[in-house]
Amino acid sequence: MSDARVGVFVCHCGTNIGGVVDVSAVAQYAKTLPNVVWAETNLYTCSEGGLASIREKIEEHKLNRVVVAACTPRTHEPLFKNTCEEAGLNRYLFEFVNIREHCSWIHMQEKEDATQKAKDLVAMGISKVQYLDPQQEYEGDVFGSSMVVGGGIAGMTSALSLANQGYEVHLVERENELGGLLKGVHKLFPTNADAHKVITPIIDKVKAHKNIKLHMPALINDVKGFIGDFDITIDENGADSEVKVGTIIVATGAQELKPVGYHHYGELENVVTQLELEGRLKKDEKWLHHIKGIAIINCVGCRNAERSYCSRFCCMTAVKNAWILKEANPKSRVIVLHHDLMAYGVEFEEYYRKAMEAGVLFLRYDFANPPEVIGKDKVEHVKIHDELTDSHLDVACDLVVLTTPLVSARDNEPVSKMLKVPLGDGMFFLEAHVKLRPVEFATDGVYIAGSARWPVDIAESISQGYAAAAKAAIPMSSGKIKVEAITSYVNIEQCVACGTCMLACPFSAITVMDSDGRVHAQVNEAMCKGCGTCVATCPSGAIQQKGCTDQQILSMINTLAEVGGIE
Amino acid sequence: MSNNGFQPKLLAFCCNWCSYAGADLAGVSRLQMPHNLRVIRVMCSGRVSPEWVIKALSSGMDGVMVLGCHIGDCHYIDGNHRTKKRFAILAKLLGTMGINPNRLYLDWVSASEGVKFQDVVIKFVDRIKELGPTPIGAYQGVKVDR
Repeated sequence: MSDARVGVFVCHCGTNIGGVVDVSAVAQYAKTLPNVVWAETNLYTCSEGGLASIREKIEEHKLNRVVVAACTPRTHEPLFKNTCEEAGLNRYLFEFVNIREHCSWIHMQEKEDATQKAKDLVAMGISKVQYLDPQQEYEGDVFGSSMVVGGGIAGMTSALSLANQGYEVHLVERENELGGLLKGVHKLFPTNADAHKVITPIIDKVKAHKNIKLHMPALINDVKGFIGDFDITIDENGADSEVKVGTIIVATGAQELKPVGYHHYGELENVVTQLELEGRLKKDEKWLHHIKGIAIINCVGCRNAERSYCSRFCCMTAVKNAWILKEANPKSRVIVLHHDLMAYGVEFEEYYRKAMEAGVLFLRYDFANPPEVIGKDKVEHVKIHDELTDSHLDVACDLVVLTTPLVSARDNEPVSKMLKVPLGDGMFFLEAHVKLRPVEFATDGVYIAGSARWPVDIAESISQGYAAAAKAAIPMSSGKIKVEAITSYVNIEQCVACGTCMLACPFSAITVMDSDGRVHAQVNEAMCKGCGTCVATCPSGAIQQKGCTDQQILSMINTLAEVGGIE
Repeated sequence: MSNNGFQPKLLAFCCNWCSYAGADLAGVSRLQMPHNLRVIRVMCSGRVSPEWVIKALSSGMDGVMVLGCHIGDCHYIDGNHRTKKRFAILAKLLGTMGINPNRLYLDWVSASEGVKFQDVVIKFVDRIKELGPTPIGAYQGVKVDR
């Protein structure tokens, strides 16, 4: 690049860099390198004075490339890129060299070696910057409508939140009714409120909302497109319909594990799951007067080799139902057999304590020595080894309730394939980041709420429903998305359409297509996240990544090979 | 082989999201380490072309490290799965090219593992000091002053 005019700005960062690296020597050295027309040192390049100097020197020396040698690009790169832009230089003609975190701070006692390393790194940056091209960021429109998949409490919360903000919402529910798992639940912890009374008004609001278009019973047949512009085919009652949305929220929920093979479930009468018990309680509580002994066994089918996870809400479900059973018939004996009881937070601990005060007995069992349900045709008694007192008990029982975990919904796999979002352990959906991006997928424009991600209780489902709606509203309210120009691009002449890149792309951003009689790979810029995996995969070198081309990186390697002053 | 005073020339490719951030954390934590390593930042370890590694090792670098996110933690879902497979093959290829595969090192360093970054660098420098200077530069007549 003979027409490159490179300006180099080396930062002292007070004494952070200047106290170890001979910053002036680095700048002097930079001046000797090809195409460098200006090099200077700044006390703090990121200060207003330093930034003003970059702007001035770009103008004064007609700089068309800028290198800043300072701290880490992970924090300050946007600042310097903006500065270049303010001075009329394309923000992608900038290269950042890290001589603080990667040099002065880790070689504090080796001043000469650190200075030499800084020189090498600056030389590498200078050689790369000359091969950078100006870039335009892809900008796309975002439709102000959203699809919510799943009409449980999480999905309905998201749908209502978005609809109330004025966005059109397509709510797709597989079954004939809204409400999800909650419609089978009797009462809710920790208030013992009637689940029916909580969910009915929400269902009514969803049905009546003018911005919500309900598709029920319906399945998604096909999803095409990307953030801002998804084309969805919905199969509603056997008839296909097409909708266009900007964002998608996955709230497909989960299902209760049917514990076949555990504690004679399905073999003995009166061995039921929590949800089956709730169904019976919903009808009436009169039958409880004949029940004398009840054993509730927790962690059935989970926290084991097959399902290692804790299903989170089921301890409280067990406490709730134990308490309800005890109150309905105080003369009965209600025992909760648990292996650790998780009653986290203020309300749950209080709730647990009240259940104990009401007379529910809590005993701890060991996984190696689980309770034994015994009976012919129906439950007769349960043999228990109480771990804390190391004693064996034999309790007459006429009802055994098995607390089972939620397992992933049965059609998570096809949904994950259609939406190009990953599944994690146990076939639950996998969010972008467990802490930092809990309701988003790595794929832009697709969000997640409720037990589709991991078992959660009602309050958490509602929180996540609101959170996913708030996240989905961000691109829809701005109406535009911008994609950083670090995406891949295909040299059509070189591409042999083998499709290797297409398979390598974690985001399905590449398709092999036919344009004007030539078949080649094509990168969808809105979907490309700029990892560059396709580039390293391409056997014909036909695909490159903006800001990280083979030429740019090889120039750095060559430079290091030539100048590398490690002695 | 006597390697007294031999200071290896080492290159590392670090992914933006994990290992580069881990290296930053090592810096912020002032974890001291040998000065032999130069880092090139890429967005994902999946971007590291085998060609780059071969180029580096054949132009006088004594060793190359590729550091990515831990398996399962890749910012790009599964880019590092490809890195892992690709570099297992590359290590074999290096052997057939007459380059000791131990001059290539693949590992995972998370953004919170500044101490691991330091540890990996120290051990790699020791390993290459043990192996001695690369014979490649000498063969090609590249000026290697040591």
